[in-house]
Parts: sequence; C-alpha cells; structure tokens
Amino acid sequence: MSRAATERKCILRLENISLAFEDDSKVLDNVNLEMWAGETKIILGAAGAGKTVMFKIALGLLKPTSGRIYLFGQDVTDFKENQWFEVRSHVGVLFQEGGLFDSLTIEENVAYPLVNRSNQTAEQAHPAVKEALEFVELGHTLGKFPSELSGGMRRRVGIARAGISDPALLLYDSPTAGLDPITANNIMALIIQEREMRNATSAIISHRFQDGHIMANFRYNPESKRLERIPEDSPLRQSTRFVVMRDGRIVFEGSEPELDASSDPYISKFSMQRSAH
Amino acid sequence: MLDILKSPIVTFQEFILLAGRATTNIVRRPFYGSDVILQMDTIGVGSLPITILIGFFSGAVMALQMSRALSQYGATGQVGQITAITLVREMGPVLTALLVAGRNASGIASELGSMKVTEQIDAMRALGTDPIKKLVTPRLIATCFTLPLLTIVADFIGIIGGYLIAVPLMALTTSSQYWNNAWRSLEYNDIAQGLLKPLVFAFIISLVGCLYGIRTTGGTQGVGRATTQAVVVASVWIFVCTFLITRVFVNI
Repeated sequence: MSRAATERKCILRLENISLAFEDDSKVLDNVNLEMWAGETKIILGAAGAGKTVMFKIALGLLKPTSGRIYLFGQDVTDFKENQWFEVRSHVGVLFQEGGLFDSLTIEENVAYPLVNRSNQTAEQAHPAVKEALEFVELGHTLGKFPSELSGGMRRRVGIARAGISDPALLLYDSPTAGLDPITANNIMALIIQEREMRNATSAIISHRFQDGHIMANFRYNPESKRLERIPEDSPLRQSTRFVVMRDGRIVFEGSEPELDASSDPYISKFSMQRSAH
Repeated sequence: MLDILKSPIVTFQEFILLAGRATTNIVRRPFYGSDVILQMDTIGVGSLPITILIGFFSGAVMALQMSRALSQYGATGQVGQITAITLVREMGPVLTALLVAGRNASGIASELGSMKVTEQIDAMRALGTDPIKKLVTPRLIATCFTLPLLTIVADFIGIIGGYLIAVPLMALTTSSQYWNNAWRSLEYNDIAQGLLKPLVFAFIISLVGCLYGIRTTGGTQGVGRATTQAVVVASVWIFVCTFLITRVFVNI
C-alpha cells in the first residue's frame, strides 16, 4: 500500500462500535470516529472512558459486540487473525507502557517489525534500527534490555519501534502517562517530529490536555531542529482534531478553539484555557 | 448449578481450541526453530539434574519397600522385576511429569502471564506475530520432545537406584539376577504405556501452562494466581490421564 494511495482517504473509520462485557456493562457505546490521511487526532478522556479499548478495537486486538471497522478503505470487522497481520503491518503502535519485549534487547525489540514482517535478518535490519534509535537519542542502548532503561527511555524505544516500518497510521496510547513534565514534553516533541518526517496519520490517546495542545500548536523545524509555533492561519492547525470520551461514548469532536469554547463541565476539564483559570 | 459448570466448561473449551491451534501451527510457516531449541534447553536440560535425583530416590525407595514385602514370601530375587515394572509403567512417567509440571507449567504460566499484563502479547499481535505460533507451539514441541526423554532417564536412573539398594546395600539378590529380571520383565505393553504417558502429560503441562498464562488478568496478583492454577490443574490432569491410560492398557 503506497503512501500516495492513502492520501486524502479515510484511513480509519469506526462505525457504531459498541462493546459490552458479559454482565452487560458497556465499555464502548455506539462510537463513531473517522481519521483522514494526514490528520492528527487527540483522544482525551478520564481513566476508564474507553480510550484504550477503542484503540485495541481499531487494531483488531479486541472484537466489538456490534459495529463495523474500516481500515485503509476495507471492512476489516470480520477479518481473521491471519488477515489482520497484513493490515496491522501498516500501523505503528506505541502501547501504554511501551509494550517492549523484556526478554529481547533494545536492538531486537526495534528490529522486531522488520525481522518478522519483512523477513530481514538482524544484520540487514541493523542500519535502520540504529537510525531509528538515534532519532530518539538512544543510539547507545542497542545491547541493553528494557529493564535497564527508565520509563521515559522505554517509551522512546517504543516510538522508534512504532515508526521503523514506515507505517501509514501511528497510534500512541498514553505516551506521556506517569512521566515528569520535562520528559513528557520531550516525548511529545519526538511524536511531532515523527508525524512530520513520515507524514503519517496519527492518533494520540492521553488524559493530559497539554499533549493535545502541543500537537495542535507546534511543528518541528528540521533546520533549527526545534519545535516552533504553527502560525495562526496555517492549514496545519486544522489537521489536529480533538476527541473527548466519557463512559464509553464520544462526547466531543472538534478543533482546539471549539474545545476551549465548550461549556460542558466535563469537556472543559480538557481545555487548555479553562484549566488555566 | 449451570453457572458453577460454566467456568470449567469454558476453560476446557479454550484448552481444546488452544491445543488445536498450537498443534496445527507445527506444520505452518513461519517456524520458530530457535525458540524451540531455547525451550528444549529450559524445559529438558534444565529439568535433567532434578529428574536424575528424583528418579534415583524413587527407585531406591521402591527397592527398600519391596525388600520387606518380598522377603515374607521368600521372593527377594524379584526385586528387579518389580522395580522396573513400577518405574517404567507408572512412577517414572508420573513423577517426572509432576516435577516438570511444578517447574515448567508454573514457569510458562508466569512468563506468559507477565507478558500478558504488560501488553507484550498485544504488542506481538500488533507487530504481526501470532502469539500462539511464537509462544505456545515452541513450548508444546519442546515439552513433547523432552518429557519422554526425561522419563527414560528417570526410569533408568531409578532402576540403578533400586540396584544399589537391592544388591550392594541389602544383598537381596545378585547383580546378574537383578538386571536379568528387570530386563526380561518389561514387555512391549509396558514400554508403550511408559512412553505414551509422558507424551500425553507433555501436552497437558505445556498447554495448561500456556492457557493460564495467556488468559491472565489483574496485574501481578493475576500472574501469581495463574501460576498456582496452572500447576494444580496440570497435576490433577496428570493423575486423571494416567488412570485412563492405565485402564486402557490393562485390558490389552
């Protein structure tokens, strides 16, 4: 699947997705979500709002009770696990805690998508792995194990692994959860760099409104190698959309100004301006 | 009443599905040969010292117990026969399997359980690898290959243990009579059930360990619970299956 073919196309569409457990408690309730090529979605919500469950349904890791999932233009709802493997090869994923394999070295972890999907040998994958790790400033950790790294470093390795196979869609589940503000901002800067370098469609699950604010207002300048504020009139601002979830339902979808303008007490908790007051 | 039965029936159904998928994966690409070798080393080579120890003492105890019973009938010369038959038919396979269940079913359940709660299994699926093919099938192949071999070692060491008690220590019989009796008493039927049992037990140990590992929920506490359940369930099924297999072979 070439990148050109996916441009201006609906990358991911969740249609009336519901998920209920055996005791009839609904984890997701009639969720509708669309992600278009080049778009960045910031999915906000309190713990237990269903953000991670929605993310896992979009990846086929959980089966919805009802509703349809469309990924890269095809209905993947009833796909078998073997068929999902091909679809997932176009998606880069960062799990909540990084999801690194603790029995593999950092190099083996980052090489995993290349070795398992593209049938490359570890030697063939080595240059790409080194480059991906240097991108997240962890080029010196190739031979280490995940347990030897800090939480922020593990998250950065996860970012390197998510992007190594040049996916068309990048999903980040709580990339900054449990990290100090400085490390969290560094992680967000890396995610912005990755978004712009790969021109990929990205979705970031977070409970920190600052993460969305950074994604919506900053871009990476490769010349100065720093983040810079996006001009007010830039169309890039329109490509970042906010989604707020509550009790398994999407209660808001719109731009940052619309989020700021919301009078709903729950939604306004995720607004940058309201929280400042 | 039906609610009580629901959980074990669902678990059994999951076991059958896992067994089916893990077994069919044996002939499907990709093959994770290095994982199989690694598991053979962990399960087989790792269990060898303790298997030798247990095998030796079970044979020695058998000879000691039989020495008193056989002397009442003046048949101490049969000690080699009894030790060999008991070890090859029953004690070798069952004790080795219980040992491997305690050592490896728990190890497999805790390893896979930890991977489950830290989202490594989800990550594996997301990165295009079938966790059953990558994690379960290599453990199944490795256990099926190594457990019969470990049982053969335990049987042989057990017969040596019985010999050391019966001949040098207690002088119940002569060396040649002990080995002759032990050798001649074993029939095709004994060898067949002595090798079939570890194969069945290997299925139980590896798949029960994997099943309880990959359905772990609830953090580190859940990993501990899965580990305990895996050992208990595997041990119970080893006893149930040895009864069923013996029941079949008794009539042959």
